[in-house]
Amino acid sequence: MRREIPLAITFLIGVFMLVDFFVPHHGVSAAAEEMKQWGTIVIAASILLGVGNLIRVHFRKIRRKSDGWGYSIMTLASMAVMLYFGGPWGTIEEGSAFNWMFLNMQVPLQSTMFSLLAFFIASAAYRAFRLRSAEAGLLLIAAIIVMLGRVPLGQFLTRGLPEKATLPWLTETIMAYPNMAAFRGILMGAALGVMAMGLRIILGIERSYLGGEK
Amino acid sequence: MSQGFDLRRIDRRIIFLLVLIAVVWPLIAPLRLPMDVSPPVQRLYDRIEEIPAGSIVMLAGDYSPDTMPELQPMTETFIRHAFRNDLRLVVACLWPASPPLVERALLPLAEEFGKVEGVDYVNLGYMAGGTVTLLGMGASIPNTFPTDYGGTPVRDIPLMQEVENFDDIAFVMEVSAGTPGTREWVQQVQSRYRVSLGSGTTAVGAPNFYPYVQSGQLVGLLGGLKGAAEYETLLEYPGDATKGMDAQSVVHALIVVFIILGNIAYFAARRRERAEAR
Amino acid sequence: MERTCVALAVAALLTVSLAGTAGAQEAPVEEALLDAAPPDSVAPAAPGALAARDYLDSNDAGDKIELDWELSPDDGEGSCDVVAYRLWRSQSASSPGELVTELSPGQTHYVDQNLEPGAQYYYSITAYDGTNESAPIACAPVSGRVNLFQTTRLSILVLMAVFFALVLIFTKLAERGAELFVRRIPGLNAIEEAVGRATEMGRPVLYVPGIGEIDNIMTIASLTILSHVAKITARYETPLIVPTARAVVMSAAEEVVKQAYAEVGQPDAYNPDNIRYLSDAQFAFAGAVNGIMLREKPAANLYMGAFWAESLLLAETGFEAGAIQVAGTAMVSQLPFFVTSCDFTLMGEELYAASAYLSREPKLLGGLKGSDWMKVVTIALMALGAILNFMGFESFVNWFQTQ
Repeated sequence: MRREIPLAITFLIGVFMLVDFFVPHHGVSAAAEEMKQWGTIVIAASILLGVGNLIRVHFRKIRRKSDGWGYSIMTLASMAVMLYFGGPWGTIEEGSAFNWMFLNMQVPLQSTMFSLLAFFIASAAYRAFRLRSAEAGLLLIAAIIVMLGRVPLGQFLTRGLPEKATLPWLTETIMAYPNMAAFRGILMGAALGVMAMGLRIILGIERSYLGGEK
Repeated sequence: MSQGFDLRRIDRRIIFLLVLIAVVWPLIAPLRLPMDVSPPVQRLYDRIEEIPAGSIVMLAGDYSPDTMPELQPMTETFIRHAFRNDLRLVVACLWPASPPLVERALLPLAEEFGKVEGVDYVNLGYMAGGTVTLLGMGASIPNTFPTDYGGTPVRDIPLMQEVENFDDIAFVMEVSAGTPGTREWVQQVQSRYRVSLGSGTTAVGAPNFYPYVQSGQLVGLLGGLKGAAEYETLLEYPGDATKGMDAQSVVHALIVVFIILGNIAYFAARRRERAEAR
Repeated sequence: MERTCVALAVAALLTVSLAGTAGAQEAPVEEALLDAAPPDSVAPAAPGALAARDYLDSNDAGDKIELDWELSPDDGEGSCDVVAYRLWRSQSASSPGELVTELSPGQTHYVDQNLEPGAQYYYSITAYDGTNESAPIACAPVSGRVNLFQTTRLSILVLMAVFFALVLIFTKLAERGAELFVRRIPGLNAIEEAVGRATEMGRPVLYVPGIGEIDNIMTIASLTILSHVAKITARYETPLIVPTARAVVMSAAEEVVKQAYAEVGQPDAYNPDNIRYLSDAQFAFAGAVNGIMLREKPAANLYMGAFWAESLLLAETGFEAGAIQVAGTAMVSQLPFFVTSCDFTLMGEELYAASAYLSREPKLLGGLKGSDWMKVVTIALMALGAILNFMGFESFVNWFQTQ
């Protein structure tokens, strides 16, 4: 029964959502919308599970003084502080402590992490774009053309040449034709993969997300 | 065994330091490289220029602080464009972090152009639901956003008396960093309500939407910082994106140099190893 | 004398017409209207043919009618004095009824909403110049219908039926013992090697199921592979760390790993502290996973699922930490980053094929072969469509357009 009920729910709701896609009747769409709202509510409620897990894992680390337990104290303390200020005084009001911490701590931290990508791309490019084979050579040449063509420098370097020999034109051509073709090919394959997977889940053939086949 | 300095094993921190210098130097001493405008950006600009003064346009903010560097210049430039052409602006967001980011751009520009809140512009804030919200807006925008970002009931706002749904909106500018974003706006809004739709998105995401530009579902597309810089060029107002392009030019050139150096090191080492094997 | 008069008359006419053109070029039409003398008493020309039909959308309550019309000849041309189109609606043929809305010049489309499903409506439209209204143009009566099928999506239904049929045929074939060839997927073979290497070095395996929510099919595919990986780590008694960015995914991962350990007969080796919820915030998650890599030093990193910009942050840090890395995602924009930093990458549908590939179960293999043959059908349809389009027969391709 432990397995049968979730599978039955999956089947019924999966089939109903498929029906909703094809049947524009108001009654069907309204029921489908209700279900989507319920889905959102269930996922939102599950955040409590995540918070519980976070607290449990980090408390255990602190108690055992495992490697890096100082960071666990920081994690739990930050969470407590944000909860304390966000709860009673609200989160979006201009000038609230939560808003201040969000804009002056979380936003810069997120932007900093994101900007690490610039450095990592440089080190990855240095290491990875080696002329090991013909395909790698093709990748190398395309990468150089697109990187220079995407910035004003590329335009500047090829400014005297006929339009079809300029870096920006070559870049647009590479992006619009071979790149787009490959993109679409992978997307179509992936879409079919999604459909096959979806069918297996709805029919209960794929059960690993419930925790194994038995 | 290789002798001396092996370029293949260069310390990553040297690469990082060079990238840092390449980013900072053009910000201090700008190169002011000339910039051509690509067709998708030009088409977007031209479409907005065609809109009669007094019409109502919409700005959909669907991004968060991580992508602010690329997308905030687009938001600012579009608002500047709208206010310069006396278009009235309605802002609606599908991402929770977007309303304060759009406000940051909106308030100083409203003051600069002497625009009055509630009459010339309104920020409806964020509504959860993604696709559901878009469908709701197609039926009735006031019902989907009952209050604005500041809490004022939408039915009390003068500008919103003239806006019921997308039929009353002359153009939608969608600035997005992911999902829900451009794809949802094209699929749910443009194809259903045939509203004129333009988009600004990150450089990584832009190639995904070229098909929509080719098919005409998107009037135009701003791709990444370069798209934003080209838009600023058309408005003759060089802002953050234009300044950023110089830095981006130098860093891209530096990465090309790294790739070439990496290959020189690779081939030199291979030749050395072959010679030693003999 | 006569010729002189004719020449003078022609010159006068030319001058007048040139001045008129120049005047029109100098001042926009709207300003000319404002400067003009008192409003005229002549109504603008009526708009062109009005057509009304039931509006089909995915929330069809039969309460919307879609209307299209042609612009009035005086809209932007002619006397250029149309300021609005007035749409009238009635439930009887004998009266114009009520004014529904006024639409700006240049508009040729409107969707009337909140109507009574099934009721018959009579629409008419006029052009209005602020004072005078043109003669109305009416259309045949129309009523909103509650539709039971989105006809615009028929092509999707047909293709889906073909796809499901292919899947079922191959599943039946597999169940009857037919040998279904599936090519080697190096990335999936590499997973076992990676776990083996981690066991030899006495270091944990790090499995990142992406940052997608549980309703993302990539996440579900990832949990399938996690089940397989957990069985191997249970057998070899290698620690398995699974950081997640979503609480529901964490719960699902706990179930999957616990079940896998139980199936291999090692229920006591399961450590719930190794399945960790870190953060919903993308870069906070990336930072936390990087911390795990640098502190706990896993020897094998497996990235399977939906990733966004944090993909390179994870893969580069893992590379620098010296781990063997296998990635799998259908996020096309992140594939290049994984390819440059990982030892093996499963691209697109290879991620979805994993469950069939790893288990070799007939039902799952059938689905895989069905997808493959559907690709063949898709390619054939694309080729046919391209040829027909090229020859000028567009109806085949148009049939596939959907809303």
